[in-house]
Amino acid sequence: MIALLVRDIRLAMRAGGGFGLGLAFFLIAVVLVPFGVGPEGGLLGTIAPGILWIAALLACLLSLDRIFTLDYEDGSLDLLATSPLPMEGVVAMKALAHWLTTGLPLTIAAPVLGLLLNLPESAYYWLVVTFLLGTPALSFIGTFGAALTVGVKRGGLLLSLLVLPLYIPSLTFGAEALRRGAEGMANTVPLLMLAGITLGTIALLPFVAAQAIRINLR
Amino acid sequence: MSIWEYANPKKFMETTARLMPWLVALTAVTLIPGLVWGYFFSPEAENFGTSVKIIYLHVPSAFIAINAWIMMLVASLIWLVRRHHVSVLAAKAAAPIGLTMTLIALITGAIWGQPMWGTWWAWDPRLTSFLVLFIFYLGYMALWEAIENPDTAADLTSILCIVGSVFALLSRYATLFWPQGLHQDASLSLDKAEHVADVYHRPLVLSIIGFVLLFITLVLYRTRTEVRARRLKALQARERMA
Repeated sequence: MIALLVRDIRLAMRAGGGFGLGLAFFLIAVVLVPFGVGPEGGLLGTIAPGILWIAALLACLLSLDRIFTLDYEDGSLDLLATSPLPMEGVVAMKALAHWLTTGLPLTIAAPVLGLLLNLPESAYYWLVVTFLLGTPALSFIGTFGAALTVGVKRGGLLLSLLVLPLYIPSLTFGAEALRRGAEGMANTVPLLMLAGITLGTIALLPFVAAQAIRINLR
Repeated sequence: MSIWEYANPKKFMETTARLMPWLVALTAVTLIPGLVWGYFFSPEAENFGTSVKIIYLHVPSAFIAINAWIMMLVASLIWLVRRHHVSVLAAKAAAPIGLTMTLIALITGAIWGQPMWGTWWAWDPRLTSFLVLFIFYLGYMALWEAIENPDTAADLTSILCIVGSVFALLSRYATLFWPQGLHQDASLSLDKAEHVADVYHRPLVLSIIGFVLLFITLVLYRTRTEVRARRLKALQARERMA
């Protein structure tokens, strides 16, 4: 399992793996916002929590179709399916590798971009906390979507249609917890819900996704 | 008589062929009087004027929009557990109907909201969850279209339907975090005192019964079409082999 994890991280880091691409997309998506809504600091500071979360969702989406498609095309997925490692484990490792190469870098980069959006000072702590609690769910839900569409040629658009609605709860609770935290209000409930969704997806979705992979390899 | 007998498409087609005329007739005698009663013979409400009459379309379509998804969920589960072919075709057949009902509920709501609330749309929890439901129907149908092998498509869409149900519920509760919106509380409920007066209540219940029958009729029609399309495909495949 560890070997698979290391392999996937290496593949993602190398050229063409899309490691830098997600981060660069996150940067450009956030930088575009002031051009669209104007550079007033007050307005930017108000909408910054939502913008950062939406940009993170889209950046995550970008690299999802790489999770299984390449392995499916060159046959490594068939090898993994026949290996002693259960498919659930393979899927969980794939999702973990995806989080380590997109969710974690996004979390580290987010405060810098928050600076650009004039995010209030009290929000930085909550920005990192909500991203750490929320982004794993994005990777695990995305892996499930990727598993559903692995057999579809050029399934990228379909993948986003399927996955984005599933991101709505995480987005709502994540942005809400961040917004309340920034305004100094109590945000324990949305924070707990966000963490609950993440833990639920980590616990359950690998099983569903593995089933979807088996159906696709039939 | 059990639903497992109807996993045999021949049996299903025979039974529904006999059932269809009755269902169509029943739909007509409940839906048409229900709507006519509601639109022409029920009083106008004090504060709302004529616009209250849109309730006879809005509430039944919203009712079907949600229950169509629940029916798809049950049908998908039956398929996954027992490989009941007709069941999954019924789920496939129900999706476009559910989508249309969601759209009717959204549009009639907007038409009602414009004069009453002064806006076509508000990010109210109820309105938002219907929009999310609309997107879920779209995704479900898109996945059916995208996959060629019918059994693979059936399996994957069933899985999506189950996972989607969980997330649709989660979104519903997530939006409850927003400040309470403009939409009034439920018009009908089983355990509370009715929210609407009897004069509106009776034609409304008749319209809902009409819509339920309409839904059943349309689902059976579309399922029959799917079965025929499946047979046609099999015949064509056989011809190519010969």
